[in-house]
Amino acid sequence: MEWPTKIEDAIITDIVAFEKHLYTAMDLADSIIAYNSLTLRYREPVDYDREVAHLKSLYQNQQTAEKHSGQLWKIPVCYHPDFGLDLEALAAEKGMDTEALITLHSAPRYRVYFLGFQPGFLYLGGLPAALHTPRKANPRLRVAAGSVGIGGEQTGVYPSQTSGGWNLMGRSPIRFFDIQKPQPCFAQAGDCIQFCPISMDEFQAIQHIQENGDYTLKPHRL
Amino acid sequence: MIEVRHPGIYNSVQDAGRLGFAKMGIPQAGYMDAYAAELANALANNSGNEAVVEITFGQGQFAFLEAGSFCLTGGDFSPQLNQQPIAMNRLHWAPQGAVLSFGKRQFGARCYLAVPGGIQSEVVLGSRSFSPNLTPMRLSKGDVLHTQKPQSNYRPRHAHVKVDLQHFHTSTLACFPGPEYHQLSTQQKEQLQADFTVSTDNNRVGYRLNETVANTLEPILTAGVIPGTVQLTPSGTLIVLMQDGQVTGGYPRVLQLSEEALAQLSQKMAGDGFRFALEV
Repeated sequence: MEWPTKIEDAIITDIVAFEKHLYTAMDLADSIIAYNSLTLRYREPVDYDREVAHLKSLYQNQQTAEKHSGQLWKIPVCYHPDFGLDLEALAAEKGMDTEALITLHSAPRYRVYFLGFQPGFLYLGGLPAALHTPRKANPRLRVAAGSVGIGGEQTGVYPSQTSGGWNLMGRSPIRFFDIQKPQPCFAQAGDCIQFCPISMDEFQAIQHIQENGDYTLKPHRL
Repeated sequence: MIEVRHPGIYNSVQDAGRLGFAKMGIPQAGYMDAYAAELANALANNSGNEAVVEITFGQGQFAFLEAGSFCLTGGDFSPQLNQQPIAMNRLHWAPQGAVLSFGKRQFGARCYLAVPGGIQSEVVLGSRSFSPNLTPMRLSKGDVLHTQKPQSNYRPRHAHVKVDLQHFHTSTLACFPGPEYHQLSTQQKEQLQADFTVSTDNNRVGYRLNETVANTLEPILTAGVIPGTVQLTPSGTLIVLMQDGQVTGGYPRVLQLSEEALAQLSQKMAGDGFRFALEV
């Protein structure tokens, strides 16, 4: 199912609400949310035309009261140069100091459009235009889990160690994908994320608590 | 229990995979050739989609630490038990300490080792399938695969199943138009009817094809993809996504393989040719 070809808050909240509604009405094998689309996977073959008509009627008859506004997650990020390997180069390129760069990056509430690419990878919208930066021409072979970066018009967090071409701003001690938890990803499509600068000491303190398995990030109401 | 004596090039435990977690960015995983894996389970008298070992290119060696029955289906790599040739597609009895190995490739790219009760690897999010970022990626030397206690009343069965070799040799793969198919020009659609060959870049994530199609389509807003989705990259290369492929992608989705065609493609190796047969 496709919505207009745009990256927009109103579209993703509509998709998220409709997807939730669908699960109350039918038994789907899986579903994939993206910027302007919803892909459904069925357990058994279906009559295509009849199913399209059924989905359209479900869409038209859903209660607007169900619309889900999502949650706000405040993500601690340590913008220390040991983690933000590209901070200084980026600041120089943008003609600002690193403090201003960090303030600009940690001010917005970024919308979680969907998860993809890797387990727990959030596609975030809302990066200020002043921070748009092309990916690095030579990707790093090893980027640590939790690294926060900017690639093109996107910002985000690498949930697991990977190779990657994003410009690194800092690192979060939060696990974005934790298979030991009943809900391995805390954030869902439609939620919002805000990055909150922390010191290296705070980073290590959270990391320590998390290693002992009892760190839980609490959501805020949007 | 079965011990991995030689890990081969890429062997993993797979069941039907993990559905219901795409929203977290988790790929389906699961056996590449569902037809062969389901046959293996049927021969092992397993009721459903029990976990089996997927063995790529017949590379690897396994030792049965306990006596038990097993079978092999899928690609034929001249299997041997204690260096004696054994037949594909039938249940065998392995005495304690017996070693399963492989020889010359006859056909196919992957075979499946099934045991009664299934391989008891850890269940992660409802599935025993290995998947990068969730479980070990593949089997390593010395790994021990847990199996259920063999039934004491085992009797060898003489029946074995005849498998249609067309599954391995077919040169047409049935497919449907993908969501962006209709944006292609007539000429591009004709190019999709040409002969394609599997490139050396083929694995559980995707199969890249050698021949290109002139691509004039814009990238799409990242959208859902599933195993069997055929993507057209900016360079004109086609990529068929397989079981470990990611759940979303930004390349136009020009075709979608049928489930049977996906299983057939998973038995092809670099250099093997085929055509897409579009069912409209």
